[in-house]
Amino acid sequence: MESINYQNFRIDAENICVDYNGKVALYDANLRLKPGQICGLVGMNGAGKTTFFNALTGFVNISKGKIRINGESVRSAQKDQTIAYVPQNEGIDSQFPISVWDVVMMGRYGSMNIFRCPRESDVQAVKNAIERVDLTDHLSTPIGNLSGGQRKRTFLARAIAQRASILLLDEPFSGVDIRTEKLISELFIQFKNEGKTILLSTHDMIHVREFCDLVLLINKTVVAYGETSEVFTPENITTTFGGISPDFLFGPES
Amino acid sequence: MELCPFLTLDSFITEPLTHDFMRKALLMSSLVAAVCGFLSSYLTLKGWALMGDAVSHSVMPGVVVAYALGLPFSLGAFIFGVGSVALIGFIKQKSRVKEDTVIGLVFTGFFALGIVLVSKIKSNIDLHSILFGSPLGISLSDVKQTIFISLLVVILLSIFRKDLMLYCFDPRHAKTVGINVFFLHYLLLTCLSLAAVVGLQSVGIILVVAMLITPGATAYLLTDKFDNMTVISVLSAIISSLIGIYVSFWFDLETGGSIVLAQTFIFLFAFLFAPRYGIFKLKKLFAGYK
Repeated sequence: MESINYQNFRIDAENICVDYNGKVALYDANLRLKPGQICGLVGMNGAGKTTFFNALTGFVNISKGKIRINGESVRSAQKDQTIAYVPQNEGIDSQFPISVWDVVMMGRYGSMNIFRCPRESDVQAVKNAIERVDLTDHLSTPIGNLSGGQRKRTFLARAIAQRASILLLDEPFSGVDIRTEKLISELFIQFKNEGKTILLSTHDMIHVREFCDLVLLINKTVVAYGETSEVFTPENITTTFGGISPDFLFGPES
Repeated sequence: MELCPFLTLDSFITEPLTHDFMRKALLMSSLVAAVCGFLSSYLTLKGWALMGDAVSHSVMPGVVVAYALGLPFSLGAFIFGVGSVALIGFIKQKSRVKEDTVIGLVFTGFFALGIVLVSKIKSNIDLHSILFGSPLGISLSDVKQTIFISLLVVILLSIFRKDLMLYCFDPRHAKTVGINVFFLHYLLLTCLSLAAVVGLQSVGIILVVAMLITPGATAYLLTDKFDNMTVISVLSAIISSLIGIYVSFWFDLETGGSIVLAQTFIFLFAFLFAPRYGIFKLKKLFAGYK
């Protein structure tokens, strides 16, 4: 039998199961992504999208299966700053007394010494990241004073500053302005060219067709996975959303 | 002390300082206030006010048992403080009872156990001083222990200042970049238990939770920067302690209650007049006159 070279895959999740105190949130899920691929994660609320992210970052333990990140364990991926997680706006306490600069600097914490004293290289990485998301005018603005789009860009900058090769984005397009949406899509193209791997969850079917090479449809387990053009069919989407037709969910144009 | 206390401001401040017990009380309470104030900004942001309440009450039986066995009371407090949190987590996971109910249930149980133990164990523990604090009657060994614990907590919090901030703000990111979230969780709990122990000396076990949440809440209304928040929290806690002790000296009031009342008044002041988040927004008021 030919052995698979796992090094080729950035993310390789094999038959993973996650349960919370006996309640199954995700079972027998598989995902393989290579460098430069963008994959959309689509499913209903409670279908296990966030759980999938949590399993990949190691925030929850999997009860079965195996996850390899660049052929290594999740733990060593954490140590190597391989994965960056960009949270949903709702998942963040926007009233926390912290500035844009401080949030982006948190992307560097994992590679600093125990006191988290920024070195010159950290400062430079943070500066560049903030430039790339066009927030240079808001360096010391508290995140509570930012718009939804600006806040989203702040967390993207944190992921950039971290220099992660895998980006997990939870609803990157929800609640953002047109300008931010445009900037995020430009960044996606740059990330792709840099060979980063992106996994993003979204409710918006148009974005899936626009950006994603691959799509993973889940409802507690994988409903369908593959090239967007092949897998992202009305039938599959209907199955994913529990029998409700996509027309009803997203309007006839999608 | 029959003299009018307001003869001069000078004597109002200096007269109490001639008493040894007052100097000690002022120093110790300021130290305790600083420790609790430091921790307070984390608890406020983490949303752990109820947890602070639970832990500070739950340390009671630990303190009593430690006294009875001749162990340092910080050890007993630590075991019962962390134990209560573990028990809360266990019951929540294994039953359908909601979390706030479980917290209320566990800490009152521990607290009651402490009260029953005090009445049963024949010793020189003064229930009143545990419940309401006795900053004016701190013994020398208590002073040493308070200083030691305070320094320990301040050092721990200072070293892990930024990690704890990240843990409060976004634990998922902390975990993703390989920071030990489990450790930080228990570090914060440990500091909470230890702060509750030193705090109970100055304001007592019932009011110590005020020391752990009010300064942080006050500071939260006054700034948008984490570092400033910590500084304001510590300062407001120290000032309240000084005000409380002076007022209790001159007007013969319960000391612990006075300290906490002073904190509450400072909070109310911030609530009404904080530049950005107060009801009347001082900044705008002043701007109106320009």
